Amino acid sequence: MTLDVSKIRADFPILQRKIGDNPLVYLDNAATSQKPQQVIGALTHYYTHYNANVHRGVHTMSIEATEAFEEARKKVARFIGAREPESIVWTRNISEAINLVAYSWGDTNIKSGDEIVVTAMEHHSGIVPWQQLAMRSGAELKIIPRTEDGRLDMDAAGELITGKTKMVAAVQMSSVLGTVNDVKALGKLAHDHGALILVDAAQSAPHMPIDVGDLDCDFLGFSAHKMLGPTGIGVLYGRPELLEEMPPWMFGGDMILTVSYEDASWNDLPYKFEAGTPNIADAIATGAAIDYLSDLGMDNVLAHEHALTEYALSRFSELERVTVMGPTDTKDRGGIISFMHDTIHPHDMGTALDQMGIAIRTGHHCAMPLVRSYDVVAAARASFYIYNTQDEVDLLIDGLKQTEEYFLK
Amino acid sequence: MMGGTSGLGDLDELYESIILDHYRNPRHTDPLDSPDIDVEANNPFCGDEVHIQLDIEGDSVDGVSVSGQGCAISQSSASLLAEMLDGKSTEEAMEIVTLVRRMMRGDELTEEEQDELGDILALEGVKRFPVRIKCALLSWTALEDALQDRA
Repeated sequence: MTLDVSKIRADFPILQRKIGDNPLVYLDNAATSQKPQQVIGALTHYYTHYNANVHRGVHTMSIEATEAFEEARKKVARFIGAREPESIVWTRNISEAINLVAYSWGDTNIKSGDEIVVTAMEHHSGIVPWQQLAMRSGAELKIIPRTEDGRLDMDAAGELITGKTKMVAAVQMSSVLGTVNDVKALGKLAHDHGALILVDAAQSAPHMPIDVGDLDCDFLGFSAHKMLGPTGIGVLYGRPELLEEMPPWMFGGDMILTVSYEDASWNDLPYKFEAGTPNIADAIATGAAIDYLSDLGMDNVLAHEHALTEYALSRFSELERVTVMGPTDTKDRGGIISFMHDTIHPHDMGTALDQMGIAIRTGHHCAMPLVRSYDVVAAARASFYIYNTQDEVDLLIDGLKQTEEYFLK
Repeated sequence: MMGGTSGLGDLDELYESIILDHYRNPRHTDPLDSPDIDVEANNPFCGDEVHIQLDIEGDSVDGVSVSGQGCAISQSSASLLAEMLDGKSTEEAMEIVTLVRRMMRGDELTEEEQDELGDILALEGVKRFPVRIKCALLSWTALEDALQDRA
C-alpha cells in the first residue's frame, strides 16, 4: 500500500507556511521532523484537560495522567517489539539514552584493557560518551571503518570484535550517508564474543519497522522529535535482566523505594532510571506520534521513502558537479542524501535554497570524523519523510541548478 | 500541490556583485616569502578557512597575502580585507576592523565612515542573514587578533 501523501500533508499545519513568497519545502527531516495535528493536539489536550503529576496522586487527574503516560510507554514497547513495557526508559533523547548506558552499565562493567567498538558512521553522541568511558576506565575505543561506497566494512568488523570487546555500539542508519547497517549481524558478532550491542536507532526508528527481538540487541535508543513527536523526549530500550543489574544513573524523586538519612533503596524498573517528575506531556504526545506512524504502517513508510530516494538519486545524477556521499543505489539505504558541489560551498547552497523556501541542512551533520573522511569539512543534506513528494525533489534539483547558475554564471 | 519558486532575486542583497567578483577572483593570494605576521583561522562548524600573511615595514602594511577556502561570504570578505590592507598603517587597519564589526552589528555609520570602508560596504547585506555574520567576520577577527598580539 502506498501512502496517501495529500491526506498526510493536510495533517501537518506547518506545511501550509511560506518562506518568503514560496511554499515551504521541508527537507531537513534527519534533523527533526514536523508534527501532525494529532501530536500537537495530544500536548494541548493533556495541558488543557488532565495536567497532573504521575505515580503519586489519588485524585482523578493524576490517575488519568498516569494511565496516559504508562499507555505511551506500552505503545513504544509495541512499536519496537519489546515484550515488557518496563524495558522502556524515558530519556530526554537518544544522547541521554547512550549516556545512561555508558555511565551506568559502562562504569560498572568496563575496565582497563577492555575494548569498545563503534562504527565510522556514528553521530557525535555515538562516539563521545564511549570515548569518555574509555578515558575514565583505560579501555580502548575501536572504529569499524566504512568502505569506499559508504557501507560498513563487515570484514573489518569481524576482526575488530574480539574476546576483548565488551560493547559494540552501532548506528542503524547513518545520519550522513543514509546507509542502513546490518546491526543484527554486528549483534551476533558481539554476542559470539560475550559482548553486548547498543543500537542507535535515531534515524531508523522513524523510517522503518524495528523489532528488538529480531535484532536481538541489548540496548536500543531513539529520539521522539525525529519521528513526529515532540522535542525533549527519547527512549532507551534495555533487556530487563541487564537494566535490573545496572545501578541508577541519576538520583531523586520517583526513582527511590525508601529513603532514610543514611541510605536509600531503588524503585522497580523502569522507574529506577527516571529520577524526578518525568516529561509527562511529551511522553503522551510520543504515544500519539507512534499511533500516527502505526496507522500508516512502517512498511509503507519505508516503501514511500525508498521510492522517493530512488527518484532523488536518479535526479541528482543529472547534476554533473554535485557528488552524493554514501551509497548511490537504494539497497539498504534510507532517505538521507548528503552532497557536495565541486565549487559552491554548502552554506551558500543552503542560503540560496532557503530563498526558494527549501530547507536543507548544511555543515558537518554532527559527524565530523565521518564527513572529514570524505576530505571535506562540510556537506549539504536533504532528508525525506512521509509528507515529502516527487514534486519537492524536483524543486530541490531545480533549485540546485539555479544556485549553480547564480554563483558560476 | 507545489507552486514554482520565485527565484534567487533576494540573494543579491547578500551576494552583491562586488562580493561575487571577489569570490570568483580573490585578490592578493600569492604567498609571501618571509611574512612578519602569519595567521590562520577557521570555523570548524562550516569549514571556512583563511590564511593571512603580512609584511610590516615600520608601522605600515607593506605586503599582504590572503588565501583560504570556504563559502562565498568568508572568502570574498577575506579578499576585501586583503585589498583594504595594502599600504595601510596597522592603526588604520584596526580602525577598519572596528568599522566592519559595527557595520555587522547594524550600527549607523557616518558618511565618512562609509567612505572609509569603500567596497567593504558590500558586506553590509550580510547583517540581514545572522547565521552568516560569522563567515564575514572570520578574517577580520583573525587580523584583529594578529595585530593585537603584535602590539
